[in-house]
Amino acid sequence: MTMNSTGRPTSISANGGSGTDVTVSGSKGLLQAEGLIFEIGSSDKTGVDLPKPKGTKSRLGGVTRGAPSGLPGLTEPEAVRHYVRLSQKNYAIDLGLFPLGSCTMKHNPRLNEKMARLPGFADVHPMQPQATVQGALEVIEELADWLMKLTNMPAVAMTPKAGAHGELAGMLAIRAALIARGEGEKRKRVLVPVSAHGTNPATAAQCGFIIDEINAAADGRVDLEDLKSKLVDSSDVAGIMLTNPNTCGLFERDIKAIADLIHAAGGYFYCDGANFNAIVGRVRPGDLGVDAMHINLHKTFSTPHGGGGPGSGPTVLSAALAPYAPVPFITKTADGLRFVEHHSEAPDSFGRMCAFHGQMGMFTRALAYILSHGADGLRQVAEDAVLNANYILARLKPLMSPAFEGYCMHEALFSDAFLKDTGVETIDIAKGLIDEGYHPMTMYFPLVVHGAMLIEPTETESKAELDRFCDALASIARRAVQKDPSLKTAPHLAPARRLDETRAARSPRLKWTPETPTMKAAE
Amino acid sequence: MTTYYTNEHEWISVDGDVGTVGITKFAAEKLGDVVFVELPDAGKAVKKDADMAVVESVKAASDVYAPVTGEIVEGNAAIVDEPAKVNEDPEGAGWFVKIKLADKGQLSGLMDKAAYDAFCATQ
Repeated sequence: MTMNSTGRPTSISANGGSGTDVTVSGSKGLLQAEGLIFEIGSSDKTGVDLPKPKGTKSRLGGVTRGAPSGLPGLTEPEAVRHYVRLSQKNYAIDLGLFPLGSCTMKHNPRLNEKMARLPGFADVHPMQPQATVQGALEVIEELADWLMKLTNMPAVAMTPKAGAHGELAGMLAIRAALIARGEGEKRKRVLVPVSAHGTNPATAAQCGFIIDEINAAADGRVDLEDLKSKLVDSSDVAGIMLTNPNTCGLFERDIKAIADLIHAAGGYFYCDGANFNAIVGRVRPGDLGVDAMHINLHKTFSTPHGGGGPGSGPTVLSAALAPYAPVPFITKTADGLRFVEHHSEAPDSFGRMCAFHGQMGMFTRALAYILSHGADGLRQVAEDAVLNANYILARLKPLMSPAFEGYCMHEALFSDAFLKDTGVETIDIAKGLIDEGYHPMTMYFPLVVHGAMLIEPTETESKAELDRFCDALASIARRAVQKDPSLKTAPHLAPARRLDETRAARSPRLKWTPETPTMKAAE
Repeated sequence: MTTYYTNEHEWISVDGDVGTVGITKFAAEKLGDVVFVELPDAGKAVKKDADMAVVESVKAASDVYAPVTGEIVEGNAAIVDEPAKVNEDPEGAGWFVKIKLADKGQLSGLMDKAAYDAFCATQ
């Protein structure tokens, strides 16, 4: 045995390498086992020990709680440890490459956070007098200006709070425009390609439209002939909802022709902007004939999402739809900026979508991102995002089966054709990635590709990191082709092994219930 | 009783003017474990090739299309309560709905067992 000066063994074999992976504590190594907060807490503990009030009379008029509330009591260190332990079980973009397709999980520069935490932005209240928040209003106004410039659109609704909320804003504007034309009852059909985001048909249905699906052509793009056939009798067409680049990671080459066809049919063109990261600074949707498009600030402009922060989905509108934009919106007056909030000042507006003015923190982060990158930087974002995805496509092409021929945009899409007759399925590849230390890619979506694996690396990743990821995925693909049975039971190294998703879906247990009826609980 | 098949992997077994409809064994295997089924109410009019029901597995949610035009006579409540039945016996106890056919002539456009098996081999 090799010993160092203090007598501590220095070789791995001296103190490890054997034994069982079951521990008395349930923890594994330094990864702590952690129960639910209800299992840890008890009624006799509290974070802050306050003296019991003396001689006060209840003023609740007989509605005092009779039974224990059932809330767990924890000391402060217990509460802190509980959430830190949970956070260590999480996977985040700050921890590693997050290849979830159609999600644009990219680095949120810390400068954004510094700006968003400036007290003048972070501590404003939505109900304080507008004269006292002119700086915040200017941030919203300047961001709005940039979003209109980047898309070449004349108007933008800033209040929508997520992508699907932005879709709702766009479709409500389309509905309002049709009603204003006297065609609200007549034009009810919305065309949605199979390669669109799943939220698109859901949004259209929510607005009372009828969905008419358009097929994809063999190259993964909208089948123009199918679209034309759906427009033969177009008197009931309200519009189209198209994602570009689409969910197959492909640019809709015929987008201009599609826009012209829809406009000639008397409909409007909604473009889902969730994949704007692939074209920002390179393509202006307004030049393509788009009437409405939401922009996910939390994707393209890097503000955190996926548990890390709220979304924000400003929606740009064409001149035809601008009058119907939701309130509130900002207007310039001699005394500075102020919100237009009421019907009296915006008679054509379809109304209000949220209580206040949108996600201020996201606005500040997005503007910081735009200003710190500049026009050339934003263009490079799109170029690098597309380059990175194509690098992955090129490296994995010999081992896996690309869903479509040719280059991709910001995401690389594979089918499960290379797994034929191996017994290994897409889900096993995803679970194998967990063992390699990566969050799985998007799987089984888009539905038009069998056993789809959709990988979006974003521009965040360096070539070295892309190589590490490709090495890991390539080794899994090789194991799959060799019918390695261990893939069917992966993950082997994660804190939790393969979960029984079928049982979880068929008989979900969504509520914690105490094991004994006489539960100990904090009051 | 004759059974017909569609290229969207539905089957319809016709007795008089009522057809029992479900998804094929091939489809059930491709879907994986079914966890949720949504069926149309009795009395609802359905149109050939239009959405009629929804089936959700651990992998994906899919629409089930009506193989013929007609009116829903009955939905199979057993598969709503216990979606596993769709995997266990897709072409038997795992049936979806019974449809009163509006036009029996539509059946001639569907496949028979041999044609469907040949079709699956190409999928």
